[in-house]
Amino acid sequence: MPETVTLSVARYRPEQEGEPVFQEYEVPFRKDWVVLDALNHIKDRLDGSLSFRWSCRMGVCGSCGMKVNGEPKLTCAAFLASHLPGPIRVEPLDYFAVVRDLVVDLRDFLGKLKKVKPWLVRRHEKAIAEGEYRQTPDELDAYKPWSMCINCMLCYSACPIYGLEPGFIGPAAIALAQRYNADSRDQGAAERLEILSGHDGIWQCTFVGECSKVCPKNVDPAGAIQQYKLAAATDWLKALLPWSGK
Amino acid sequence: MEIFSSDVLVVGGGGAGLRAAIAVAETHPRLRVAVISKVYPMRSHTVSAEGGAAAVIKSGDSLDEHAYDTISGGDWLCDQDAVEAFVREAPAEMLRMEHWGCPWSREPDGSVAVRPFGGMKAQRTWFAADKTGFHMLHTLFQTTLKHDVIQRYDECFVTRLLVDEGRCQGVVAIELASGKVLAITAKAVILCTGGCGKVFPFTTNAAIKNGDGMALAYRAGAPLKDMEFVQYHPTGLPFTGILITEASRSEGGWLLNKDGYRYLQDYDLGKPTPTPVLRSMELGPRDRLSQAFVKEQQKGRTLTGPYGDYVHLDLRHLGQKLIDKKLPFVRELCLKYENIDPVKEMIPVRPVVHYMMGGVSTDIDGKTPLPGLYAAGEAACVSINGANRLGSNSLPELLVFGARAGVSAASFAADQAEPGAAVLSQAHDEERRLEERLQRKAGGTERVATLRSEMQTTMEESAGIYRSAPALEKAASELRALQARFERVALDDHSYTFNTELTGVLELSYMLDLAEAIVHSARERRESRGSHQRTDHPQRDDERYLRHSLAYRGQDGVPRIEYLPVTITRWPPGQRVYGR
Repeated sequence: MPETVTLSVARYRPEQEGEPVFQEYEVPFRKDWVVLDALNHIKDRLDGSLSFRWSCRMGVCGSCGMKVNGEPKLTCAAFLASHLPGPIRVEPLDYFAVVRDLVVDLRDFLGKLKKVKPWLVRRHEKAIAEGEYRQTPDELDAYKPWSMCINCMLCYSACPIYGLEPGFIGPAAIALAQRYNADSRDQGAAERLEILSGHDGIWQCTFVGECSKVCPKNVDPAGAIQQYKLAAATDWLKALLPWSGK
Repeated sequence: MEIFSSDVLVVGGGGAGLRAAIAVAETHPRLRVAVISKVYPMRSHTVSAEGGAAAVIKSGDSLDEHAYDTISGGDWLCDQDAVEAFVREAPAEMLRMEHWGCPWSREPDGSVAVRPFGGMKAQRTWFAADKTGFHMLHTLFQTTLKHDVIQRYDECFVTRLLVDEGRCQGVVAIELASGKVLAITAKAVILCTGGCGKVFPFTTNAAIKNGDGMALAYRAGAPLKDMEFVQYHPTGLPFTGILITEASRSEGGWLLNKDGYRYLQDYDLGKPTPTPVLRSMELGPRDRLSQAFVKEQQKGRTLTGPYGDYVHLDLRHLGQKLIDKKLPFVRELCLKYENIDPVKEMIPVRPVVHYMMGGVSTDIDGKTPLPGLYAAGEAACVSINGANRLGSNSLPELLVFGARAGVSAASFAADQAEPGAAVLSQAHDEERRLEERLQRKAGGTERVATLRSEMQTTMEESAGIYRSAPALEKAASELRALQARFERVALDDHSYTFNTELTGVLELSYMLDLAEAIVHSARERRESRGSHQRTDHPQRDDERYLRHSLAYRGQDGVPRIEYLPVTITRWPPGQRVYGR
């Protein structure tokens, strides 16, 4: 095991640099350390001016997504030991504007998330006094995987379509739309149809499947998109049939 | 400086803050409500809560039993009127979460499932596998998106409260992306900024848990209540402090010492049985379990690893099927961060700082003594948690009291006039202070990380699971010295764009104030109660200390401790009995 490892970190300080440059830092190598620990070592001991987001350090807050040796990863779960011998290249996620160093601009996603109406839509709300909506464990399992999205943005950074078509609503937002569509308590699928089937919706996706590969929570956005395409195509066919009752 | 205005301004976008904002939007739709948070709301630390949320829902359980468990769990320091409101309103709040889409785990008939939890005499803890906080936070956040009236200031760091004519009328904040200073006026402000676990070196708490709101209130003259009560969770992973949920014990996990012995039986917590018994052994309260660890350590019966002493949490007998169904996150965390598979191996664990029972003193409606200022969630002390919070009470707490604070802040705001000019002049003063702090280059000799780690060491050595007068005295003077050195902190980073070193400095200054409040409150409480154990005063002393402590910030920055009576309604102080 080496005593130290070099991190090559993308720096971008808009007041200082016209475009990103790489800066190398030598940090102690420890087998328990993840890339995020090394970044914190740099911040605390070597260079307080390095900016990055992090919070929970347990893979659930979704803050610390970056590219490590070219792959989108949660840096709190990317061990130094898996990236030897170095230098380990750390960069901001692709396809987002860089605000500063490793910090990217997430406003585009927040806007898209709201567009897919990621909340439970009911025609008639049940009164609280009437208790819960019944949902069997199987009905729960039908949408549970898509509810596990932590909004870490790794899937957008891996999605070549999002890279080419910034308007594309994108893997996480579609998975979250499908999370509600597939929830037995929800009645909002028709309201989500317009955005999901519209110009920037699911039909943009060519099923490269990179989103599902990089997802740290096994949400499988590609699966959500396929399922939705199938449902949408079936509805469309049904609507064409003379006995569809339309 | 940019100036904005709102009617109700919620600081913090975690569970309590989002619940408060929705309460304002639903009950006072004409008020302008805003949420300001230093992180995007879905990053808030509510996301890390694992095991569940308690609320009476099943037949055979009762509100009185939930109240009694909470009060005895809190060693009688809870305000019983607040506890009664809490247990009464928790079920409706939990059902509301269900109606908003929270993916609660279910029984085969489709009703919500409940599990046992530490210190609870009935099964009443609702759960979404072992990611309950994550699902609640995302459900709340996604639900706020349907309320167009809720405005958000994401990634804006609040640096002070604006107080004029004895009334809180807004905040000053830094927009991180641009470095711009914002003055946001408000007719009522609700602090929902969480706890301050980062005052300690070893904690389950996220990096953002710096007690911002507690310090803001404290500096504005509002008292902090019961700050000496710091919860150690008995089962954290040794290096990272990652929480291994209490649910792993409620599903049947055992705590074993180095001899493979279920040592809790030696600490008046009952007799070991193969399957879990409520309010017994591994399902005892967190304070007692963490204290038992220290005793076991003193007897030389713990194991030693590179990151200190530990014991084993054994889940192997539960089998892969149960673990994958009920504790999938525990398995994921162990595999990913410790390279251990709990299906086949024992998990090394040790006590870890988890939760602040204390916080900004509020009444039952989230109101602080400073007019216009409200608080809810871990940032607040109502108090329902007393000297020790029961596991799975914090999630329903942030719903019940988030909603209450939202409603009461909104009715207050509805009657207030627009803030006056004095408020903006204060905001300009604050802008100058921040600019000076950012650009100061001369004379700086101290690094923020060094001071932070010295503060954390001081706190662990003095205000940990066991405390004593000499250690607390020493800590009080060390913290004074750190406050003096803080004035000489130097920044490497003078940029306006996403300057996390500057926010790190401001967070450290908040934490130093809170560390002093904790140490002084602990020094003055010369008894042992719940999580506050004094080796020099080992008994509970109801005569002198059945009272809440209130820490006020003195002129010189040194805390001044006063006391407030505890509200007792139906449960006179008694002995805490577990396992018998």
